[in-house]
Amino acid sequence: MPSKLIENTMRVNRLPHIWCPGCGHGILMRDVAQAIDNIGLDPDKVVIVSGIGCSSRAAGYMNYNTLHTTHGRAIAFATGVKLANPELTVIVITGDGDATAIGGNHLIHACRRNIDLTVVVFNNNIYGMTGGQYSPTTPHMEKGTTAPYGNIDYNFDIPKLAESAGATYTARGTAYHAQQMTKLIENGIRHHGFSLIEGLSVCPTYYGRKNKKGSTIDMYNWQKDNCIDVKKAANMSAEELEGKIIIGEMSVADKPEYTDMYMKIIEKCGGNK
Amino acid sequence: MKKAELRFTGSGGQGVILATIILAEAAYEDKKQVAQCQSYGPEARGGLCKAECIIDESPIAYTKVGQPTLLLSLTQASLNKYVNDVQEDAIILADASIEVPEEVKAAHKVYSLPILSSAIEVIGNPMSANIISVGAVNEILQLTTQESLEAAVLNHIPKGTEELNLKALHLGAELARG
Amino acid sequence: MTKRFQLLQGNEACVEGALAAGMKFYAGYPITPSTEIAERSAIRLPQVGGKFIQMEDEIAGIAAALGASVAGLKSMTATSGPGFSLKQENIGYASIAEIPIVIVDVQRSGPSTGLPTSPSQGDYMQAKWGTHGDHPVIAIAPSSVQECYNETVRAFNLAEEFRVPVIFLMDEIIGHLREGCELIPSEELEIIDRGDHNISGMTYAVGEGNYVPEFAAFGEGEHYNITGLFHDDGGFPTNDNHKAYSQGRRLLDKITMNQDAIEKWEETDIEDAEVVIVCYGGTARAASGALEKAKEIEGFPKVGMFRPVTVWPFPEKEMMKISEKCKHIIMAEHNDGQMLMEVQRAVKGNVPVSFVGKIDGTTITPDDILAAIREVYEDAK
Repeated sequence: MPSKLIENTMRVNRLPHIWCPGCGHGILMRDVAQAIDNIGLDPDKVVIVSGIGCSSRAAGYMNYNTLHTTHGRAIAFATGVKLANPELTVIVITGDGDATAIGGNHLIHACRRNIDLTVVVFNNNIYGMTGGQYSPTTPHMEKGTTAPYGNIDYNFDIPKLAESAGATYTARGTAYHAQQMTKLIENGIRHHGFSLIEGLSVCPTYYGRKNKKGSTIDMYNWQKDNCIDVKKAANMSAEELEGKIIIGEMSVADKPEYTDMYMKIIEKCGGNK
Repeated sequence: MKKAELRFTGSGGQGVILATIILAEAAYEDKKQVAQCQSYGPEARGGLCKAECIIDESPIAYTKVGQPTLLLSLTQASLNKYVNDVQEDAIILADASIEVPEEVKAAHKVYSLPILSSAIEVIGNPMSANIISVGAVNEILQLTTQESLEAAVLNHIPKGTEELNLKALHLGAELARG
Repeated sequence: MTKRFQLLQGNEACVEGALAAGMKFYAGYPITPSTEIAERSAIRLPQVGGKFIQMEDEIAGIAAALGASVAGLKSMTATSGPGFSLKQENIGYASIAEIPIVIVDVQRSGPSTGLPTSPSQGDYMQAKWGTHGDHPVIAIAPSSVQECYNETVRAFNLAEEFRVPVIFLMDEIIGHLREGCELIPSEELEIIDRGDHNISGMTYAVGEGNYVPEFAAFGEGEHYNITGLFHDDGGFPTNDNHKAYSQGRRLLDKITMNQDAIEKWEETDIEDAEVVIVCYGGTARAASGALEKAKEIEGFPKVGMFRPVTVWPFPEKEMMKISEKCKHIIMAEHNDGQMLMEVQRAVKGNVPVSFVGKIDGTTITPDDILAAIREVYEDAK
């Protein structure tokens, strides 16, 4: 029997999902649903837009208006949906490859516009759907099927990238810290402007196996032991933070929102009559 | 009215494109058939520039000017390039600063008018040369009514320059009358 | 108050036609020779309560326009050669997800950056086959500024009626040409709006004999799923080959079974023509010029013109009929022979088909076409 939350927010007849046992994406998807439910949004006025990849299959399971688009383009589609009808709550579910490689340009420009989208990046540090190739968030010198000798690329810090591009809400959570992740998404949706929440996922099948990260349980424990809340991190030394990942709200700023500004242009041109 | 095929040439920035648009718009207002096009290049300013306009009583099938019935040249380079590719009885209108070869003078009706110098000395704005040209061409060919022509000029110029541009238009006609 | 008769560029008339058809959203990226379409949309859309956005690239342009269409607004994007290539993946997405959109391609010489300001019709085949996989598409090629207005209205109507991407296949000749244009107000035009139905569950199901499912905007009714994967009648991904076939077949059938309603052409002096010029878009102006001149040449054969306005699907039945009456067909287009292949396929060897083409950035002139007629005529003697 599905829980009340799952029943309220998921297309139960589409479940079970296609993700591998141990994958963090199911937890992150539930966090998005919980955040929507906490706010009490009308499901007919919520739009979930996704691209291509493991993460982007989430849209099909969630019981809202769902738009499963082309690889990398979710944020561009979402920009059209939001500008066309600013009354809709538009949430993008995307992955590390979808959002920061093939869709990297759309990500930074949506940040720059400060359009009221909430982008949740399910980051599993790998291309899972295609079988384990390295992505822009695969850590330096770790392995993927296309980095058999170690990945010599350096990886993105996604919230930092978004903040410097103009996003007015950035945060990072993990699949392990589900309650915090839910709260971060909730705050992101409530924030009026472009919000980016990176959700660190777990990919035992490809990333974990390729890089000898141990069992699924080991990978979640790693998140528990190595992720430090941003407030706690503020009182820690650089040595203490070595190898750690900071989670929590990274930045919040107040800036006029894109669709609001466009509505003012329409008013100025007399198009609202 | 005989089908008029105009080719306006000069240097990018002199406004020859706008001149053809104004004539086309005025003629269209007078219920004539019109087609206007221009050559596009990467040089917005300074390069050789060419714009064309066809005005006729009956529908215009092919919209490009093959050989014009009137060639306007505001620079020596543009005259040199286009003067040999005109209809037999074409009219040549060139700025007075341009040297028109004797054989061209022998073969065509040539108007050599002080368009560029009048723009500076009489109108006080070198940018008005194209409007002077419009006035002169229309005086020579009688393509449009004065009313439509003035309306078309006013439709395409910055606010506050109405008086100056109408003066330029009238000056062009005066120069053509000689 | 908009002036009813205006001197407009083809690109500008396209925007005015789109507005008359009910366009409320434009997303695109600047590219010569289509940029005037973006510029005029930027000015005009907010004046009528619509939205314009300049996106970060060509792909984002069509993606945002598709998103807006899903949210209920009639949407358009415009581009030229290189941008048309970039938009292809999402044209396929629009086809399979059945999202109405008008994509304007003001063709320029290619391949690649080519000759950015020179005319071409080199994207004719790409308009049909540019995106991967078998898919439905409609393409329309205007030959005058007035047609840029009227046919953009029809492009929107077809997009909405059949839930397909419609390619408005302009060319530099018409895009940059200024002519008089009557801005016919919407009230005097037939405007087709998508049926804003409250679908329940079976979002992609169609009734017996029908090919186009009903469509509700996101936020307007019950929520549902849209995907670029083959999907079942409920809109959800499926690997079932029977379901994939039934969806794929229906997507193609909705064009072929409605071809009569989609086709449009113009015939000039065709009845007793010995030689028929086939042309479309800007090339038709040179062909019309040739037709006028041909009448004045003594001993010349009778020449007619067949001009498809809807260029995809190709009007093969009408082409066949023409080939049964005339003696020779001359295809004229600004490429190395693209519609030529459709003509040859359609006439099944009934009559010889010769070709006038250009790929050097210059335009085909009436004299080029007259020369081709002369050749046919001399050969016949």
